[in-house]
Amino acid sequence: MRSQHVWLPEPVRVLSRKQELETTWTLELEPGQSGKGGFLPGQFNMLYVFGVGEIPISFSGDPSQTERLVHTVRAVGPASSQLAASRPMATVGLRGPFGTGWPMAAAEGSDLLIIAGGLGLAPLRPAIYHVLNNRERYGRVVLLYGTRSPDDILFREQLEAWNRLSDFDVHITVDHAGSDWTGKVGVVPALVPTLAFDPEDTVAMVCGPEIMMRFTASALRDAGVDDESIYLSMERNMKCALGHCGHCQFGSNFVCKDGPVLSFDRLRGLLSLKEF
Amino acid sequence: MKSIAQLVCEHPFFQGLNSEFCDLMCGCARNVRFNPGEYLFHQGEDADHLYLIRHGQVALELAVPGKSPVSFQTLHDGDVVGVSWVLPPYHWSSDARAMSLTRAIAMDAHCLRKKCDEDPALGYAVLKRLLPILTSRLNATQMQILDVYGAPEERQ
Repeated sequence: MRSQHVWLPEPVRVLSRKQELETTWTLELEPGQSGKGGFLPGQFNMLYVFGVGEIPISFSGDPSQTERLVHTVRAVGPASSQLAASRPMATVGLRGPFGTGWPMAAAEGSDLLIIAGGLGLAPLRPAIYHVLNNRERYGRVVLLYGTRSPDDILFREQLEAWNRLSDFDVHITVDHAGSDWTGKVGVVPALVPTLAFDPEDTVAMVCGPEIMMRFTASALRDAGVDDESIYLSMERNMKCALGHCGHCQFGSNFVCKDGPVLSFDRLRGLLSLKEF
Repeated sequence: MKSIAQLVCEHPFFQGLNSEFCDLMCGCARNVRFNPGEYLFHQGEDADHLYLIRHGQVALELAVPGKSPVSFQTLHDGDVVGVSWVLPPYHWSSDARAMSLTRAIAMDAHCLRKKCDEDPALGYAVLKRLLPILTSRLNATQMQILDVYGAPEERQ
């Protein structure tokens, strides 16, 4: 629940900062008034670096923990670089939470295929926390994670810990590797046909670069998963986060308001459109 | 212990192939094993076998001057290693290294090509099994070339 005006960034402190990868950092923020109501896995906040800019960043923490907001940021432009460089006690602006979440309630009783590419693991991590916190509500759970190289594996220690769980299958693949890598090499959509699962009783949650999601959705459809059971987290140019400015319009959807999590039946035909 | 005919006909690559064709294929097959680190073949050598992995893991690699080899795909139980045997001039396009103890069925390429040439129906059946593998590897290569996990520009 938001007590702030939705257009007004609320100043909150950075509580901690942890380097995940060369250019990727996880920040813990004070929840402020905006964050006290919690969030849904898959939602995002607008984070404002004063004097630089405001960008949408997905939650990457445990949704059952509301005393700190966790966001994982890759430094790629002015705002994200400044945000990623924010030291503890620095102040950033916060608006949110915004957007739709992963279909955690609708997926109860089903098997889950969670498929992440690169930094796309961050917006899926709250869903994984939720599943692990409520493990009895879900059937078989499989995480497929693909990234560029072994050095680019996000949350590596956590992936290893999850892989040790008896009721959670983790499969990691990288696009290329040196000869010291003993794991799988190849693209993540290619893992889908190697799994034995019941497509009629499976919900797939996919997040990563759009091309990766397109190929993955195609592999899931080939395996017999219904379009309505495939959910993607879309990324577009979100500015207002309220569906007013129109920057993130994608077909008939506003990604900030109707998404970012959308089922594939609403995206079919849109993913291959050229965007300039 | 299973016979070579059983191993060949039960391998996913030949699943669904009629028994007559399968029996023909078995004449080209033998069991092989590779220790970890051992190479199945090297780039540029004659592509003289098709390998059907029974158990193990194989890395397809390219040698990069001045660097250690780069692996671009790993293959596992039930996968096929090597498609160059069907395409003239029949030279391997990469190296293949066993990452773990790998047991496979090696199909002699000359024998395979001869039987496929003599019986176009058999050749077509084999090609229908190879084409999806080639297509999926082409799709994977497209994604790898695009380097989709590279940093996107920040949308402002």
